Order: sequence, then structure tokens, then C-alpha cells
Amino acid sequence: MLAPAPTIHLQSVEKVFPNGVRGLAPLDLAVGQGELVSLIGPSGCGKSTLLKLIANLHQPSGGAVRWWGEDFSAIGREGRRLSFVFQDPTLMPWSNVATNVRLPLDLDGVPRAQAEARIMPALRQVGLEHAAKRYPAQLSGGMRMRVSIARALVTRPDLLLMDEPFGALDEFTRNRLDEDMARLCARDGLTTIFVTHSLYEAAFLSSRVIVMAADPGRIHAEYVIDPGMPRDEAFRMSDAFARICRDLTALLSEVSPHRAGEDGL
Amino acid sequence: MTVSPRAIAVAAPIAVGVLVLLAWQAACRLWHIPPYLMPAPTDIGASLAANGPALLHALRSTLAVTMAALAISVAGGVLSAFLLVQSRLIETSLMPYVIIMQVTPIVAIAPLIIILVKATMPALVVCATLIAIFPIISNTLQGLRSVDPGLESFFRMHKASRLQMLLRLRIPSALPMFMAGLRISSGLALVGAVVAEFVAGTGGSSAGLAYEILQSGFQMDIPRMFAALALITVAGLVLYGATAALQRLVLRRWQAQG
Repeated sequence: MLAPAPTIHLQSVEKVFPNGVRGLAPLDLAVGQGELVSLIGPSGCGKSTLLKLIANLHQPSGGAVRWWGEDFSAIGREGRRLSFVFQDPTLMPWSNVATNVRLPLDLDGVPRAQAEARIMPALRQVGLEHAAKRYPAQLSGGMRMRVSIARALVTRPDLLLMDEPFGALDEFTRNRLDEDMARLCARDGLTTIFVTHSLYEAAFLSSRVIVMAADPGRIHAEYVIDPGMPRDEAFRMSDAFARICRDLTALLSEVSPHRAGEDGL
Repeated sequence: MTVSPRAIAVAAPIAVGVLVLLAWQAACRLWHIPPYLMPAPTDIGASLAANGPALLHALRSTLAVTMAALAISVAGGVLSAFLLVQSRLIETSLMPYVIIMQVTPIVAIAPLIIILVKATMPALVVCATLIAIFPIISNTLQGLRSVDPGLESFFRMHKASRLQMLLRLRIPSALPMFMAGLRISSGLALVGAVVAEFVAGTGGSSAGLAYEILQSGFQMDIPRMFAALALITVAGLVLYGATAALQRLVLRRWQAQG
């Protein structure tokens, strides 16, 4: 029997921007069902570009992106849903939390009653069921990000793409949201691709970390983390976590644009 | 005792106004300034009471021109903005003419408009509209363009139709800028109406407050001139307050505080 097609398969995908800048050199990447893959690397290494290619927000200049072994039209069919969480919460300030969460269902043409019934479970997943009637201006930065995640989860996605979603939050809030994400992804077997600047966040969340290098954007190394490890506070304090962080630091220093004292203090 | 900032925001300007009026009154009385040079506030009040019906009739005429100009500005301005936002080519081709319309002093072209548009009232409305429409066009245009790029990507990712994009994204995104434009335009519509009346110098049953001011000047009835001026000011303040209240009401969700 044939092995199931990977959820995402990039085949010699490259990206050259209209201004001639080479965002990504041809690269291959396969992400399997239930994996949580992080993309880390210095600024300009093409992490976000790669994520947007997977989200079909950018078109590749060469190569092909396959979703469940098919082209992008596979998205939207039963059981083939993709959600994207942006760097900013990107909420509609004129709508309350419930309406914001319902938006993707409205746009996808889900009947109103059915859509309404899915709002509260999605909000419960991010611990915001009490805030359904509030407006974005009444929420903290962390709460707005949670609404954005609830909006991504309400479509019951099979593939979750997150572009540095917690980058603007304080360390405490970020750690808490990371723990929530780890729990949600593990429980639902959600395939997740996560762009981050923080190697600690990548070490905490991922089953695989892709370290990218810049000029042009390419994959430098892959680092596999045992997905069986429970991702909780104890994991963050463990020797295993410290070792993973050390290894990732070493890999990142190999691709750092500031090696050998360049641009240093 | 603590006083709420809101109470101070109301009381402080009123206190300043009362002080200025008292000082004005005292100065007129102390130095015996004749009313035809500078009427005291009480002289203006007396003139307002004596000429009440005529002045209120003039106010109604001016406000009719103002409101008509404002309504046409809103409808025309919003439609123009929607047209201009359709493509960069349309905007590049037409925007210079919108700006030419804005920078041409209305006083300079008002006589021409009054000649071209025979009926007085429509001529006045055209002049006032020319002044009031620009903030609506430019603000609505900017508002329609100020859509959150992330939110726009989100809509596109969910294959939103043009109508969904317009109704659920572009129009709500443009609303704060549009409301700010409306606030500016409401004041400009009144200014435009008064300026047009000055240039037209229209008398008769449809005479506005500018005509009252002109007539009072000719007759050296300076308290009446000030009374008409006071009515224009009050009308302007009420218009500004009404649009500000509307703005707060419409945008309350944007600024909702915990």
C-alpha cells in the first residue's frame, strides 16, 4: 500500500520577487500529518515567504507546492481546511469577538445557525468564552491574539499556519499561549507550521525545527525533537529542553549574519 | 474633592466664555464705546430679541443651503471616492481636477456660478457644495485605502467576493476616516453657504444671514450685525456638535474601552 501523501510537499520551490530579489532558493520540504514544524532563522531568510507560499498568498516562481498531494483546489473540500494566523491579530475593530470568530465561516458560506453553534467551542479552546460580546479595543494584546487563534480554529482546520503570532507579546503571555498551542495541536492532531524568531519557542513547541539561512533563503538544517515529550512547564525546566536550546543556538550561530564580530558591539 | 475630567471639559470653556463676555461688557460700559463701533453683549442680546423673527427666518435659509450642500457633498463625495478607488488610473487621471476644484477660491468663482445657475438657491448650494465636498472625497478615499493588509489577505484566503470585501471590509474600514471628513465638511458647508450668500447678495424672502450682515452694515445697525454673526456661530457649533455626536455613536465600537 502506498504511504499517504504528506500534508504539505514543496518540490524545488523558489521565489524571486518582481524587483529581482531572490527570496528563496529552490528547496524541498515535506510536512506530515500531525507534525508541528517550526521555521526559524535570521531576518530575511524567507520564513514568512515560505509560509505564504504554503498559504497560497504568494505564488512560487519555480517548483510546485502540493497540498495533500494535490493542487490548491484541494483546500476547501471536506476535511481539507487551512487556517492562517498572522503576526498581528488582524481583527475587525468594528465587530465583537463572536462576529470576528465567525468571519471565516461567513465567508465560506456556512449557514448562520451552524456557524453560531461553532463560536463558543472555538472560544472555549482559547479560554475566552466570557469575552464573546466584547470588542477588540476592550481586550489586551494577548487576548486579541487568542481571538485570532479561535478564528483560525473555528473552521476546524487540518493545517494551521502561524506567522510569528506571539512575537509582539511579553514573555509571560507568550509562554502561556505556547503551552495552550502545544496542548491544542497535540489533542487534535493538528498539522502546524509555525514561523518564529524565538528558538526557545521553537524548541518548546515543535516536533521538528527547520533552521533557515538568508541570501538567498534556504534550508540550512533540520532538527527533530521527540514529539512524545509532554510540552508543559516541567519540559521547559528540563535538561532535555536546555540541550535542545543549546543545539538550536549552535545551528543558528552557523547561519548568523553577524558571525566573527561583524556588526557587533 | 475630585472633579471628573468630563465636567472640566464642559465647565472650563464655558467659564472662559462668560469671563470674556463680562470683560467685553465692562469695557464697553467703562469706556462708553458707542454701539455702532462695538456693541456690548447686552446690546447684541437686545437686538437679537427685537429682530428675532427676521433673523431666525434668515437662519433657516442659510441652514437650508448648508444642509442641502452637506447632503450633496456626502452623496457625491462618497460616490466619487468609490469611483476613484476603483483603479489607480482613474485616480491619477481625475485627482488633479479634484484638487484644482479645492484650491480655487470660492469667492473668485462664485459670481460665475451665480451667472450660470439662474435660480438663487441652487446657485448657493453649488457654491457651498464645492467647498464642503473635498474633505469627504479625500477622507473617504483614504479610508477605503486604509484596509488592514492582513485582514485583506484573510478575506482573500477565504475567497471572499467583491461584494463581501466591500460590505464587510472596505466600508467599515473607511468609516472612521469618513466620519472625520464629515465633521470638517459640516463646518465648511456653513462657511460655503455664508460666503455664497455674501457674493450673491441675495435679498427677498430667501435672504440668509449673510444678507442680514450686509444690510446691517449698510444701515450701521452694528448690534444686529453681531446678532446675525452670533447665530452663524451658534449654528456652526451645533452642526459640529451634532456630527461629533454622530461620530461617537457610529464609532463607539472602535473606541470601546474596558
